[in-house]
Amino acid sequence: MAKHHISFNLNGKPVEALVEPRELLVHTIRENIQLTGTHIGCETSHCGVCTVDLNGKSVKSCTVLAVQADGGDVLTVEGLATAEGLHAVQQAFVEEHGLQCGFCTPAMLVRAYRFLQDNPDPSEDEIRWGMSGNLCRCTGYQNIIKAVQSAAKKLQQA
Amino acid sequence: MITSQFQYHKASSIEDAIQKLQNEEDAKLLAGGHSLLPMMKLRFAEPPYLIDINDIPELQGIDLQGDTIRIGAMTTENELIASEILQQHCPLLVEAAKLVADPQVRNRGTIGGDIVHGDPGNDHPAVMLALDANFIIQGPDGKREQPANGFFLGTYWNEIAEDEILVAIEVKAQKDNQGFGYHKLKRKTGDYAVAGSPVMLTLDGDKCSDIRIGLTNVAPMAIRATEAENLLKGQEIDSALIEKAAEQVIAACEPAEDLRGSSEYKSHMAAEMVRRSIQDALQRARS
Repeated sequence: MAKHHISFNLNGKPVEALVEPRELLVHTIRENIQLTGTHIGCETSHCGVCTVDLNGKSVKSCTVLAVQADGGDVLTVEGLATAEGLHAVQQAFVEEHGLQCGFCTPAMLVRAYRFLQDNPDPSEDEIRWGMSGNLCRCTGYQNIIKAVQSAAKKLQQA
Repeated sequence: MITSQFQYHKASSIEDAIQKLQNEEDAKLLAGGHSLLPMMKLRFAEPPYLIDINDIPELQGIDLQGDTIRIGAMTTENELIASEILQQHCPLLVEAAKLVADPQVRNRGTIGGDIVHGDPGNDHPAVMLALDANFIIQGPDGKREQPANGFFLGTYWNEIAEDEILVAIEVKAQKDNQGFGYHKLKRKTGDYAVAGSPVMLTLDGDKCSDIRIGLTNVAPMAIRATEAENLLKGQEIDSALIEKAAEQVIAACEPAEDLRGSSEYKSHMAAEMVRRSIQDALQRARS
Protein backbone atom coordinates (compact mmCIF):
# COMPACT_ATOMS: atom_id res chain seq x y z
CA MET A 1 0.00 0.00 0.00
CA ALA A 2 1.48 3.33 -1.05
CA LYS A 3 2.68 5.39 1.86
CA HIS A 4 1.83 9.06 2.20
CA HIS A 5 4.34 11.72 3.11
CA ILE A 6 2.72 14.05 5.61
CA SER A 7 3.89 17.13 7.47
CA PHE A 8 2.19 19.06 10.22
CA ASN A 9 2.96 21.31 13.16
CA LEU A 10 3.22 19.45 16.45
CA ASN A 11 3.34 21.69 19.51
CA GLY A 12 4.53 24.52 17.30
CA LYS A 13 7.33 22.59 15.59
CA PRO A 14 7.17 21.17 12.06
CA VAL A 15 7.29 17.37 11.87
CA GLU A 16 7.22 14.95 8.97
CA ALA A 17 6.25 11.32 8.70
CA LEU A 18 5.79 8.59 6.12
CA VAL A 19 2.54 6.84 6.92
CA GLU A 20 0.27 4.11 5.63
CA PRO A 21 -3.29 5.37 5.10
CA ARG A 22 -4.48 3.16 7.96
CA GLU A 23 -2.07 4.65 10.48
CA LEU A 24 -3.98 6.54 13.16
CA LEU A 25 -2.85 9.97 14.31
CA VAL A 26 -2.29 8.67 17.86
CA HIS A 27 0.09 6.01 16.53
CA THR A 28 2.10 8.57 14.56
CA ILE A 29 2.38 10.78 17.63
CA ARG A 30 3.32 7.98 20.04
CA GLU A 31 5.37 5.57 17.93
CA ASN A 32 6.79 7.60 15.08
CA ILE A 33 7.41 10.92 16.83
CA GLN A 34 7.70 9.22 20.23
CA LEU A 35 5.69 11.68 22.27
CA THR A 36 3.94 9.28 24.63
CA GLY A 37 1.91 11.74 26.70
CA THR A 38 -1.09 11.07 24.49
CA HIS A 39 -2.50 7.73 25.63
CA ILE A 40 -4.47 4.92 24.02
CA GLY A 41 -7.44 3.55 25.93
CA CYS A 42 -10.54 2.08 24.34
CA GLU A 43 -9.42 2.72 20.74
CA THR A 44 -13.05 3.08 19.68
CA SER A 45 -13.58 6.81 20.38
CA HIS A 46 -15.38 6.43 23.71
CA CYS A 47 -12.86 7.07 26.49
CA GLY A 48 -11.11 10.24 25.30
CA VAL A 49 -7.61 9.50 26.65
CA CYS A 50 -6.20 10.04 23.15
CA THR A 51 -7.60 13.59 22.98
CA VAL A 52 -5.38 16.12 21.21
CA ASP A 53 -6.01 19.51 19.67
CA LEU A 54 -6.25 19.43 15.85
CA ASN A 55 -6.57 22.82 14.16
CA GLY A 56 -7.93 24.38 17.34
CA LYS A 57 -10.48 21.68 18.09
CA SER A 58 -10.41 18.77 20.52
CA VAL A 59 -10.44 15.45 18.70
CA LYS A 60 -9.90 11.81 19.59
CA SER A 61 -6.64 10.97 17.84
CA CYS A 62 -7.49 7.25 17.73
CA THR A 63 -10.29 8.09 15.31
CA VAL A 64 -8.44 10.45 12.99
CA LEU A 65 -6.15 9.10 10.29
CA ALA A 66 -2.62 10.48 10.34
CA VAL A 67 -3.05 11.51 6.70
CA GLN A 68 -5.94 13.72 7.80
CA ALA A 69 -3.58 15.77 9.97
CA ASP A 70 -1.42 16.64 6.95
CA GLY A 71 -0.87 20.40 6.86
CA GLY A 72 -2.55 20.85 10.23
CA ASP A 73 -1.71 22.08 13.71
CA VAL A 74 -1.59 19.51 16.49
CA LEU A 75 -1.20 20.19 20.20
CA THR A 76 -0.51 17.44 22.74
CA VAL A 77 0.06 17.60 26.49
CA GLU A 78 3.80 18.04 25.84
CA GLY A 79 3.00 21.40 24.25
CA LEU A 80 1.27 22.93 27.28
CA ALA A 81 4.17 23.76 29.60
CA THR A 82 6.69 26.45 28.67
CA ALA A 83 10.20 27.35 29.86
CA GLU A 84 8.50 29.47 32.53
CA GLY A 85 6.81 26.41 33.99
CA LEU A 86 3.53 24.52 33.96
CA HIS A 87 0.50 25.83 32.12
CA ALA A 88 -2.23 27.23 34.40
CA VAL A 89 -4.38 24.17 33.63
CA GLN A 90 -1.59 21.81 34.71
CA GLN A 91 -0.88 23.82 37.86
CA ALA A 92 -4.58 23.73 38.76
CA PHE A 93 -4.69 19.91 38.41
CA VAL A 94 -1.70 19.69 40.79
CA GLU A 95 -3.23 22.03 43.35
CA GLU A 96 -6.73 20.59 43.26
CA HIS A 97 -5.60 16.93 43.14
CA GLY A 98 -7.25 16.57 39.75
CA LEU A 99 -5.68 13.16 39.18
CA GLN A 100 -5.40 9.78 40.84
CA CYS A 101 -3.72 7.12 38.68
CA GLY A 102 -2.94 9.74 36.03
CA PHE A 103 -3.77 7.72 32.95
CA CYS A 104 -6.54 10.02 31.75
CA THR A 105 -4.72 13.18 32.85
CA PRO A 106 -2.87 14.24 29.67
CA ALA A 107 -6.12 14.16 27.72
CA MET A 108 -8.01 15.89 30.55
CA LEU A 109 -5.40 18.67 30.42
CA VAL A 110 -5.51 19.10 26.66
CA ARG A 111 -9.30 19.03 26.65
CA ALA A 112 -9.53 21.48 29.60
CA TYR A 113 -7.09 23.80 27.80
CA ARG A 114 -9.24 23.90 24.64
CA PHE A 115 -12.52 24.08 26.59
CA LEU A 116 -11.30 27.14 28.49
CA GLN A 117 -10.10 28.77 25.28
CA ASP A 118 -13.63 28.36 23.89
CA ASN A 119 -15.43 29.21 27.13
CA PRO A 120 -13.18 31.21 29.52
CA ASP A 121 -15.81 31.69 32.24
CA PRO A 122 -17.83 28.45 32.39
CA SER A 123 -20.46 27.39 34.93
CA GLU A 124 -20.04 24.03 36.66
CA ASP A 125 -22.69 22.52 34.38
CA GLU A 126 -20.86 23.79 31.32
CA ILE A 127 -17.61 22.26 32.59
CA ARG A 128 -19.29 18.90 33.14
CA TRP A 129 -20.79 19.05 29.65
CA GLY A 130 -17.55 20.26 28.07
CA MET A 131 -15.44 17.56 29.74
CA SER A 132 -17.95 14.77 29.13
CA GLY A 133 -15.90 13.17 26.34
CA ASN A 134 -13.14 12.21 28.78
CA LEU A 135 -13.51 9.25 31.14
CA CYS A 136 -11.64 8.85 34.42
CA ARG A 137 -11.67 5.21 35.51
CA CYS A 138 -10.64 6.24 39.05
CA THR A 139 -13.91 8.23 38.96
CA GLY A 140 -12.05 11.27 40.26
CA TYR A 141 -14.34 13.68 38.47
CA GLN A 142 -15.08 16.01 41.39
CA ASN A 143 -11.50 17.24 41.67
CA ILE A 144 -11.12 17.40 37.90
CA ILE A 145 -14.09 19.78 37.79
CA LYS A 146 -12.58 21.80 40.65
CA ALA A 147 -9.25 21.95 38.79
CA VAL A 148 -10.93 23.28 35.65
CA GLN A 149 -12.78 25.88 37.72
CA SER A 150 -9.52 26.90 39.38
CA ALA A 151 -7.71 27.06 36.03
CA ALA A 152 -10.48 29.25 34.62
CA LYS A 153 -9.94 31.74 37.44
CA LYS A 154 -6.15 31.72 37.01
CA LEU A 155 -6.41 32.25 33.26
CA GLN A 156 -8.87 35.11 33.67
CA GLN A 157 -6.52 36.86 36.11
CA ALA A 158 -3.52 36.40 33.83
CA MET B 1 -6.42 -1.76 16.92
CA ILE B 2 -5.54 -1.28 13.30
CA THR B 3 -7.82 -1.41 10.28
CA SER B 4 -7.27 -3.56 7.22
CA GLN B 5 -5.19 -1.94 4.52
CA PHE B 6 -6.89 0.54 2.23
CA GLN B 7 -6.04 3.22 -0.27
CA TYR B 8 -6.79 6.80 0.68
CA HIS B 9 -7.92 9.61 -1.59
CA LYS B 10 -8.73 13.14 -0.47
CA ALA B 11 -11.50 14.29 -2.80
CA SER B 12 -11.25 17.85 -4.10
CA SER B 13 -14.85 18.15 -5.30
CA ILE B 14 -18.18 16.30 -5.26
CA GLU B 15 -17.58 15.24 -8.88
CA ASP B 16 -14.15 13.88 -7.99
CA ALA B 17 -15.66 11.84 -5.13
CA ILE B 18 -18.44 10.46 -7.36
CA GLN B 19 -15.92 9.47 -10.02
CA LYS B 20 -13.91 7.54 -7.44
CA LEU B 21 -17.09 5.87 -6.15
CA GLN B 22 -17.73 4.70 -9.72
CA ASN B 23 -14.20 3.60 -10.53
CA GLU B 24 -12.95 2.06 -7.29
CA GLU B 25 -14.56 -1.18 -6.25
CA ASP B 26 -16.23 -1.17 -2.83
CA ALA B 27 -14.99 2.34 -2.09
CA LYS B 28 -16.50 4.08 0.94
CA LEU B 29 -16.88 7.77 1.72
CA LEU B 30 -15.05 8.98 4.82
CA ALA B 31 -17.08 11.74 6.51
CA GLY B 32 -16.45 12.33 10.23
CA GLY B 33 -15.29 8.73 10.49
CA HIS B 34 -16.59 8.19 14.01
CA SER B 35 -18.77 5.27 13.00
CA LEU B 36 -16.77 4.00 10.03
CA LEU B 37 -13.24 3.99 11.54
CA PRO B 38 -14.25 2.10 14.73
CA MET B 39 -16.08 -0.44 12.53
CA MET B 40 -12.96 -0.78 10.39
CA LYS B 41 -10.76 -1.23 13.45
CA LEU B 42 -13.04 -4.01 14.67
CA ARG B 43 -12.91 -5.42 11.11
CA PHE B 44 -16.69 -5.27 10.77
CA ALA B 45 -15.95 -3.20 7.67
CA GLU B 46 -12.94 -3.61 5.37
CA PRO B 47 -13.33 -1.17 2.50
CA PRO B 48 -10.28 -1.29 0.21
CA TYR B 49 -10.60 2.38 -0.72
CA LEU B 50 -11.57 5.45 1.32
CA ILE B 51 -12.63 8.74 -0.25
CA ASP B 52 -12.16 11.54 2.27
CA ILE B 53 -14.83 14.22 1.71
CA ASN B 54 -13.76 16.51 4.58
CA ASP B 55 -12.22 19.18 2.39
CA ILE B 56 -15.00 19.77 -0.14
CA PRO B 57 -16.30 23.34 0.32
CA GLU B 58 -19.70 22.67 -1.34
CA LEU B 59 -20.54 20.20 1.43
CA GLN B 60 -20.12 22.81 4.17
CA GLY B 61 -22.20 25.65 5.52
CA ILE B 62 -25.69 26.55 6.72
CA ASP B 63 -27.81 29.08 4.75
CA LEU B 64 -31.31 30.47 5.07
CA GLN B 65 -33.09 31.30 1.81
CA GLY B 66 -36.69 32.37 2.19
CA ASP B 67 -38.13 29.84 4.63
CA THR B 68 -35.75 27.04 3.62
CA ILE B 69 -32.61 26.20 5.56
CA ARG B 70 -29.90 24.41 3.59
CA ILE B 71 -27.37 22.47 5.64
CA GLY B 72 -24.25 21.11 3.96
CA ALA B 73 -23.96 17.37 4.57
CA MET B 74 -20.46 17.71 6.10
CA THR B 75 -21.61 20.19 8.76
CA THR B 76 -20.38 18.88 12.11
CA GLU B 77 -22.57 18.40 15.17
CA ASN B 78 -20.82 21.26 16.96
CA GLU B 79 -21.39 23.52 13.94
CA LEU B 80 -25.11 22.69 14.13
CA ILE B 81 -25.12 23.60 17.83
CA ALA B 82 -23.29 26.89 17.22
CA SER B 83 -25.41 27.98 14.24
CA GLU B 84 -27.48 31.10 14.92
CA ILE B 85 -29.68 30.31 11.92
CA LEU B 86 -30.59 26.93 13.42
CA GLN B 87 -30.93 28.25 16.98
CA GLN B 88 -33.46 30.75 15.68
CA HIS B 89 -35.24 28.81 12.94
CA CYS B 90 -34.75 25.12 13.67
CA PRO B 91 -34.07 24.63 17.39
CA LEU B 92 -35.02 20.94 17.25
CA LEU B 93 -31.87 20.22 15.26
CA VAL B 94 -29.72 22.11 17.78
CA GLU B 95 -31.19 20.28 20.79
CA ALA B 96 -30.80 16.93 19.04
CA ALA B 97 -27.14 17.63 18.14
CA LYS B 98 -26.36 18.52 21.78
CA LEU B 99 -27.24 14.96 22.81
CA VAL B 100 -25.13 13.25 20.14
CA ALA B 101 -22.04 11.53 21.56
CA ASP B 102 -19.57 13.87 23.32
CA PRO B 103 -17.73 17.16 22.59
CA GLN B 104 -14.76 15.62 20.78
CA VAL B 105 -16.93 13.37 18.64
CA ARG B 106 -19.20 16.32 17.82
CA ASN B 107 -16.17 18.12 16.40
CA ARG B 108 -15.75 15.41 13.75
CA GLY B 109 -19.12 13.74 13.37
CA THR B 110 -21.31 15.19 10.63
CA ILE B 111 -25.05 15.40 10.08
CA GLY B 112 -24.71 13.79 6.64
CA GLY B 113 -22.64 10.90 7.93
CA ASP B 114 -25.11 10.31 10.74
CA ILE B 115 -28.03 10.25 8.30
CA VAL B 116 -26.51 8.00 5.63
CA HIS B 117 -24.58 5.57 7.86
CA GLY B 118 -27.73 3.57 8.50
CA ASP B 119 -27.35 2.60 12.14
CA PRO B 120 -30.80 2.71 13.79
CA GLY B 121 -29.08 4.17 16.88
CA ASN B 122 -28.07 7.32 15.03
CA ASP B 123 -30.08 10.35 16.12
CA HIS B 124 -30.51 12.49 13.02
CA PRO B 125 -32.65 10.12 10.91
CA ALA B 126 -35.67 10.35 13.24
CA VAL B 127 -35.10 14.11 13.54
CA MET B 128 -35.17 14.34 9.74
CA LEU B 129 -38.49 12.48 9.68
CA ALA B 130 -39.96 14.83 12.30
CA LEU B 131 -38.73 17.86 10.36
CA ASP B 132 -40.01 16.48 7.03
CA ALA B 133 -36.55 17.19 5.62
CA ASN B 134 -35.57 16.98 2.00
CA PHE B 135 -32.22 15.50 0.95
CA ILE B 136 -30.21 16.77 -2.01
CA ILE B 137 -28.36 13.78 -3.44
CA GLN B 138 -25.84 13.92 -6.25
CA GLY B 139 -24.79 11.10 -8.54
CA PRO B 140 -23.12 10.66 -11.95
CA ASP B 141 -26.24 12.03 -13.68
CA GLY B 142 -26.60 15.11 -11.50
CA LYS B 143 -28.64 16.08 -8.50
CA ARG B 144 -31.97 14.74 -7.30
CA GLU B 145 -34.25 15.51 -4.38
CA GLN B 146 -35.22 12.80 -1.96
CA PRO B 147 -37.64 13.27 0.95
CA ALA B 148 -36.42 11.94 4.30
CA ASN B 149 -39.76 10.20 4.47
CA GLY B 150 -39.02 7.03 2.50
CA PHE B 151 -35.22 7.29 2.68
CA PHE B 152 -34.65 4.96 5.61
CA LEU B 153 -35.33 1.41 4.43
CA GLY B 154 -33.59 -0.75 7.02
CA THR B 155 -30.38 -1.21 8.98
CA TYR B 156 -27.49 0.07 6.80
CA TRP B 157 -30.02 0.33 3.97
CA ASN B 158 -31.14 3.67 2.55
CA GLU B 159 -32.63 5.03 -0.67
CA ILE B 160 -29.24 6.03 -2.07
CA ALA B 161 -27.11 4.36 -4.74
CA GLU B 162 -23.50 3.22 -4.33
CA ASP B 163 -22.25 6.08 -6.52
CA GLU B 164 -24.37 8.83 -4.95
CA ILE B 165 -23.48 11.36 -2.26
CA LEU B 166 -25.76 13.19 0.15
CA VAL B 167 -24.83 16.82 -0.59
CA ALA B 168 -27.22 18.83 1.56
CA ILE B 169 -30.24 18.68 3.82
CA GLU B 170 -33.11 21.13 3.44
CA VAL B 171 -35.56 21.86 6.25
CA LYS B 172 -38.28 24.47 6.60
CA ALA B 173 -37.83 27.27 9.14
CA GLN B 174 -40.07 26.71 12.15
CA LYS B 175 -43.23 28.87 12.17
CA ASP B 176 -44.75 30.74 15.13
CA ASN B 177 -47.59 28.23 15.50
CA GLN B 178 -45.16 25.31 15.60
CA GLY B 179 -43.34 23.77 18.53
CA PHE B 180 -40.80 20.98 18.92
CA GLY B 181 -39.96 18.44 21.57
CA TYR B 182 -36.90 16.23 21.88
CA HIS B 183 -36.20 13.57 24.45
CA LYS B 184 -33.55 10.89 24.35
CA LEU B 185 -32.95 8.33 27.06
CA LYS B 186 -29.37 7.13 27.25
CA ARG B 187 -27.41 5.30 29.89
CA LYS B 188 -24.45 7.65 29.77
CA THR B 189 -22.74 10.31 27.68
CA GLY B 190 -21.68 8.91 24.34
CA ASP B 191 -24.12 6.00 24.36
CA TYR B 192 -26.75 5.41 21.73
CA ALA B 193 -30.35 6.03 22.72
CA VAL B 194 -32.30 3.39 24.62
CA ALA B 195 -35.10 5.26 22.86
CA GLY B 196 -35.48 8.77 21.54
CA SER B 197 -38.23 10.88 20.09
CA PRO B 198 -38.19 14.14 18.17
CA VAL B 199 -41.63 15.69 17.72
CA MET B 200 -42.74 18.60 15.54
CA LEU B 201 -46.24 19.95 16.19
CA THR B 202 -48.34 22.60 14.42
CA LEU B 203 -51.29 24.26 16.12
CA ASP B 204 -54.33 25.82 14.45
CA GLY B 205 -55.96 27.67 17.33
CA ASP B 206 -56.23 25.01 20.06
CA LYS B 207 -56.23 22.12 17.64
CA CYS B 208 -53.21 20.18 16.42
CA SER B 209 -53.29 20.62 12.67
CA ASP B 210 -50.15 18.57 12.07
CA ILE B 211 -47.75 16.46 14.11
CA ARG B 212 -44.75 14.37 13.15
CA ILE B 213 -43.34 11.91 15.68
CA GLY B 214 -39.95 10.35 14.98
CA LEU B 215 -38.58 7.34 16.88
CA THR B 216 -34.89 6.50 17.36
CA ASN B 217 -33.44 3.02 17.97
CA VAL B 218 -36.67 1.08 18.42
CA ALA B 219 -36.85 -0.53 14.96
CA PRO B 220 -34.37 -1.67 12.25
CA MET B 221 -34.28 1.99 11.15
CA ALA B 222 -35.66 5.37 12.23
CA ILE B 223 -39.44 5.36 11.93
CA ARG B 224 -42.46 7.61 12.42
CA ALA B 225 -45.25 6.74 14.81
CA THR B 226 -47.89 7.35 12.12
CA GLU B 227 -50.82 5.74 13.99
CA ALA B 228 -50.12 7.97 16.96
CA GLU B 229 -49.84 11.00 14.66
CA ASN B 230 -53.23 10.19 13.08
CA LEU B 231 -54.85 9.98 16.51
CA LEU B 232 -53.63 13.47 17.41
CA LYS B 233 -54.13 15.32 14.13
CA GLY B 234 -57.16 17.60 14.07
CA GLN B 235 -57.68 17.17 17.81
CA GLU B 236 -57.30 19.33 20.85
CA ILE B 237 -54.54 17.44 22.61
CA ASP B 238 -55.08 16.58 26.28
CA SER B 239 -53.42 14.05 28.55
CA ALA B 240 -56.01 11.34 27.80
CA LEU B 241 -55.27 11.65 24.10
CA ILE B 242 -51.50 11.59 24.73
CA GLU B 243 -52.02 8.32 26.64
CA LYS B 244 -53.83 6.80 23.65
CA ALA B 245 -51.05 8.00 21.35
CA ALA B 246 -48.47 6.46 23.69
CA GLU B 247 -50.21 3.08 23.32
CA GLN B 248 -49.91 3.40 19.55
CA VAL B 249 -46.20 4.21 19.91
CA ILE B 250 -45.64 1.02 21.91
CA ALA B 251 -47.42 -0.95 19.19
CA ALA B 252 -45.23 0.66 16.50
CA CYS B 253 -41.92 -0.24 18.19
CA GLU B 254 -39.99 -3.40 17.40
CA PRO B 255 -36.67 -2.87 19.18
CA ALA B 256 -33.96 -5.51 19.41
CA GLU B 257 -33.20 -6.70 22.91
CA ASP B 258 -29.65 -5.87 23.99
CA LEU B 259 -27.67 -4.54 26.97
CA ARG B 260 -29.81 -1.38 26.94
CA GLY B 261 -32.86 -3.41 27.85
CA SER B 262 -35.59 -5.78 26.79
CA SER B 263 -37.83 -5.13 23.84
CA GLU B 264 -40.74 -4.34 26.18
CA TYR B 265 -38.71 -1.90 28.28
CA LYS B 266 -37.44 -0.03 25.23
CA SER B 267 -40.94 0.24 23.75
CA HIS B 268 -42.26 1.69 27.00
CA MET B 269 -39.34 4.13 27.21
CA ALA B 270 -40.04 5.21 23.61
CA ALA B 271 -43.64 5.94 24.64
CA GLU B 272 -42.38 8.00 27.60
CA MET B 273 -40.02 9.98 25.35
CA VAL B 274 -42.97 10.68 23.04
CA ARG B 275 -45.21 11.79 25.95
CA ARG B 276 -42.58 14.27 27.13
CA SER B 277 -41.77 15.51 23.63
CA ILE B 278 -45.47 16.13 22.85
CA GLN B 279 -45.92 18.06 26.11
CA ASP B 280 -42.87 20.22 25.32
CA ALA B 281 -43.96 20.73 21.71
CA LEU B 282 -47.45 21.78 22.79
CA GLN B 283 -46.12 24.25 25.32
CA ARG B 284 -43.69 25.76 22.83
CA ALA B 285 -46.27 26.00 20.04
CA ARG B 286 -48.64 27.84 22.39
CA SER B 287 -46.08 30.38 23.63
